[in-house]
Amino acid sequence: MAIKSNKAIKISQKHLLGIQDLSINDVNIILDESSKFIELNRSKNKKLDTLKGKTQINLFFEPSTRTQSSFDLAGKRLGADVMSMNITNSAIKKGETLIDTAMTLNAMHPDIIVIRHQDSGACNLLSQKVNCAVLNAGDGRREHPTQALLDALTIINRKNKIEGLRIAICGDILHSRVARSNIYLLNMLGAEVNIVAPSNLMPKDIESLGVNIFSDMKKGVKDCDIVMMLRLQNERMTSSFLSSNREYYEYYGLSPDKLNYAKDDALIMHPGPMNRGIEIDTKLADDINKSVIKEQVELGVAVRMACLKIFCM
Amino acid sequence: MKKKYFINGNIIDPHNSLNEEGGLIIGEDGKIEGIGKKVNTKNIPSREKFIDLKGKYIFPGIVDMRVFVGEPGYEYKENFRTLSEAALSGGVTSVVTMPNTNPVIDNVSIVDFLKRRGRDKSKINIYPSASLTVNAEGTNMTEFGLLQNKGIIAFTDGTKTIQNTRIMSRIMNSARDLNSLILQHAEDYELSQNGMINDGIIATKLGLQGIPELAEIIIIERDLALLESIKCRYHISQLSSAKSVEIIRNRKEKIKFSCGVSINNLSLNENDIGDFRTFLKLSPPLRTEEDRIALVKGLSDETIDVIVSDHKPEDEEQKRLTFAQAGTGASGIETLLSLSLEHYHNGSVKLETIIRALTSNPAKILKINKGNLSVGNDADFCIVDLNKPWIVKQENLYSKSKNTSIESKKLQGKVMNTFVKGDELFNL
Repeated sequence: MAIKSNKAIKISQKHLLGIQDLSINDVNIILDESSKFIELNRSKNKKLDTLKGKTQINLFFEPSTRTQSSFDLAGKRLGADVMSMNITNSAIKKGETLIDTAMTLNAMHPDIIVIRHQDSGACNLLSQKVNCAVLNAGDGRREHPTQALLDALTIINRKNKIEGLRIAICGDILHSRVARSNIYLLNMLGAEVNIVAPSNLMPKDIESLGVNIFSDMKKGVKDCDIVMMLRLQNERMTSSFLSSNREYYEYYGLSPDKLNYAKDDALIMHPGPMNRGIEIDTKLADDINKSVIKEQVELGVAVRMACLKIFCM
Repeated sequence: MKKKYFINGNIIDPHNSLNEEGGLIIGEDGKIEGIGKKVNTKNIPSREKFIDLKGKYIFPGIVDMRVFVGEPGYEYKENFRTLSEAALSGGVTSVVTMPNTNPVIDNVSIVDFLKRRGRDKSKINIYPSASLTVNAEGTNMTEFGLLQNKGIIAFTDGTKTIQNTRIMSRIMNSARDLNSLILQHAEDYELSQNGMINDGIIATKLGLQGIPELAEIIIIERDLALLESIKCRYHISQLSSAKSVEIIRNRKEKIKFSCGVSINNLSLNENDIGDFRTFLKLSPPLRTEEDRIALVKGLSDETIDVIVSDHKPEDEEQKRLTFAQAGTGASGIETLLSLSLEHYHNGSVKLETIIRALTSNPAKILKINKGNLSVGNDADFCIVDLNKPWIVKQENLYSKSKNTSIESKKLQGKVMNTFVKGDELFNL
């Protein structure tokens, strides 16, 4: 299947660093483009030559399975030459800074760099030092724009709209870039966003981003169209935020009884990877009538193809 | 040295409650011979040349209580010579250097080295502080008595805070016995752990770990509780929050102590961090505009005694990193006075109050005969054009490190000349 649109794609940004920088027009361009790739990805011949001759470097300073493979596949399906680099902590300890790495890679003339880094703002720094476009695949706890875009696409696919929906984002908000990007995007698209978290995992003053905050999950998910669960990021927790996983599940895990407070046709989302039995009941996670978790992964490839295409061209 | 005569200046010398038009006579020995309105063309011998200041201001040389110099260990960031040039261009003639060097200034033998280097390479008056604890680790006290005998003026762990209350109480007891001055950086590490900027909406948006104001308040409250029973010379280096100012305003009625504020916290707020500007990664962090206004108010009503530059030169490599990895601190000694004058120009603080916080107040806390224009004292002073506009440019800075927090900022008021012991060591 050929996707040929000669309509000029005009996006306001050179890089995709965060949802914060995008206009609603930018978002619509990306989402429109993404939906064109969904069918392609389901067809037999998935290969295009849109990015033929272009070089894409995936620069991952933090371990990642789904985001990295998703970007990898997205680039390959568009015909780009994709190189994935996993830069572990030991390489950083050799003394090379992010800027050094960036300069080295820049000298190889990539057309696009996809970066994931444990420090917030790393992609901003990188974007100032290289000539090509930079796509943020997650920086610290700041933003993860493609995740938010794929979440929005998933919601639109199922509910045909975002405007007017009530969406609960629940769990470890403090450490979550997914939460931040989703708050910006869902707000922009007209949803009402509820944030549910224990006080220890609630970022300071987050209500000023235009969300409702709840420490009681039942109240937070009440009448919601979407319940988005987040992973408890134990690796980012330096000291005791919670008493125990079982207590967390009791109060903040998505169980059938808590889901009952949401609308009957509410959808369950999760950016993955899941801690089954901690933030989400394992049966609910796999319930094909309610859970769209697998669809999120599927549409992730389409969204990343769209982003690569738009920012590479 | 030839005698020098200045006339038609505006003299502000808070120590002597002097705020008048007049002149200044410097003797051949570099001491002040005469000052004030009585110094005019009528009593200058006709054969002598004099300099007509035409309304420019004369301030005592600034005493900056919080300055980091790279010697020993970090000479590539700042040495005594470059520090002197930077200080003089900003009208600063005396500084208290922080002990966070490599090695830390924590024993008598290093002090000898420091004094020698300071004497040989520095053009300004260097008053070294030593650490409160060995290697600034917060566990074992240094030898306050012996260090003082060698010329140490104050004790501080500099960028660090004594966390252990038992050790802090013992430090205060020793300081009381030996009449030593403690300078405390107030930060509870448990609360500030991994923190980079003020805990608030900016931290939430940027995804950076916040430092809550409580981290500062807990230490201030703890130390003041100790101070109530262990009376010693105690000074809080830098306040950053409105609540801290409020606490200090109340506690000063009962207990004797002093406190300072960094010019950064007086002039900037957390919004200035913008898109991860690492030059604004500071300790204490920049807080909200309400906090900044409260600090200015605290300065104005003299709850806050001292303004410091918190001059912390960091080389470019320390700042060309992600925010989490970047070094903390900004270069600021050159712009201390000009940036302080902003609060005079916008009408929020009286000129005399600002000059007092930069000269006589720190001198009084440190118990040094500086920061004044008394007859018979060293002629350390600066001549300032209060209205001269200028723009801060990294490339024009004298400091070895260029990490100014106010690059491209337009300032009003510039030091034209700086004198130390009667010698003109800087002129614009």
